[in-house]
Amino acid sequence: MIRPLSATDVAHRVADDIPDGSYVNLGIGLPTLVADVVGPDKEIVYHSENGILGMGPAPAIGQEDPELINAGKQPVTLLPGGAFFHHTDAFVMMRGGHLDVSVLGAFQVSAAGDLANWATDDAAMPPAVGGAMDLAVGARRVLVMTTHTTRDGRPKILPRCTYPLTAAGVVDRIFTDLAVLDVRPGGLLVREVVHGLSPDELQSVTGAELRFADDVVELHPTGPSCPDPPG
Amino acid sequence: MIDKRVATLADAVADIRDGATVLVGGFGNSGVPVELVHALLEQGASGLTVVTNNAGSGESDIAALIREHRVRKIICSYPRSAGSVWFEKFWRAGEIELELVPQGTLSERMRAAGAGLGGFFTPTGADSLLAEGKEVRVIGGRRHVFEEPLPADVALIKAHRADRWGNLVYRTAARNFGPTMATAAALTVAQVSEFVELGELDPECVVTPGIFVQRVVGVAA
Repeated sequence: MIRPLSATDVAHRVADDIPDGSYVNLGIGLPTLVADVVGPDKEIVYHSENGILGMGPAPAIGQEDPELINAGKQPVTLLPGGAFFHHTDAFVMMRGGHLDVSVLGAFQVSAAGDLANWATDDAAMPPAVGGAMDLAVGARRVLVMTTHTTRDGRPKILPRCTYPLTAAGVVDRIFTDLAVLDVRPGGLLVREVVHGLSPDELQSVTGAELRFADDVVELHPTGPSCPDPPG
Repeated sequence: MIDKRVATLADAVADIRDGATVLVGGFGNSGVPVELVHALLEQGASGLTVVTNNAGSGESDIAALIREHRVRKIICSYPRSAGSVWFEKFWRAGEIELELVPQGTLSERMRAAGAGLGGFFTPTGADSLLAEGKEVRVIGGRRHVFEEPLPADVALIKAHRADRWGNLVYRTAARNFGPTMATAAALTVAQVSEFVELGELDPECVVTPGIFVQRVVGVAA
């Protein structure tokens, strides 16, 4: 029985890819876990689309400022050195290529690095996009953090996205509970695989064709496995 | 003598007409000019096009405007939230028109209007459904979609302090869309929690210069 990585394990793995001194935007949902696990040896400046750089962790209970919230509308704090600015500047930072890293959740990712993370085919729900498209096109490095398959076991990494695209050809690297994959001109290259999972087994839960690096690294789960991960 | 202060919330929104396009500041519940929106509800204007990031939640402000059938169309980036019950109800019934705009494009379209520009090309959304029917051009090897400016009749925004010239400073992340919206409307109305004398706002730190603001009204903090 394969043990997939927990969401926290994946967050640790993503955090390892973020260099000291980076300006980073973490998408709503799973990616927000990354801030919790970045070690004190790194100084990372977190950006929020509603006009914050230097965003800190949630305040103590009773210390919340209702105006000081993150993109997910949760109360946050401002670290020393942080700054507030208006929305247009917040998106200049995103769209203009000033953020070093953007970590996004995904409904689907394609072998060409296309990302679908804003709409499904559920016509009963009103569409909503927020800042997803700006984040996907603008950051210097776009990392996707997601479960490898949907809750009912269907692949999320596909030859082609079937859900509406957020942006085409933007994803650099995909981190899942089973593997780390690079988007390369020739398709997906598997860099790391969870302990005990064979190449054939990984391919069987992946829609897109996989190539494997010569020096594939084993990933080892530490905590309990992903309970009910968001998109 | 310039004095943009008005005595009451009712005075601040008195002449907003039926069918007006109204920008409303705020992101979630941060920076929403709740008292001004409630004054607009009291005032009675209908057939409004409301431009704002979210579509209201619960029974307050924008949700109340929708519930009372004042909003013909909403232009926003993220209408869906935990409490967006009234928007979803009206949307499903086909009683409100929705124009969905990526958040940065929403802000930049208002900036273009305020800056006197005829629009802009952006890579945001260029490969998405939201580019349908719009001009797409390859610039620097990358697809960009043309987006038009988004001017408005009125902007309702929330700031923290103002002087009688309408210079504004904001509080934390409540600033969000306020400074951009102030530039894009023919009539910008700001609600503030404090008035100060001319000269008391540090000129190095004024965020919205008074030229962009026509009326300021005080509300209890």
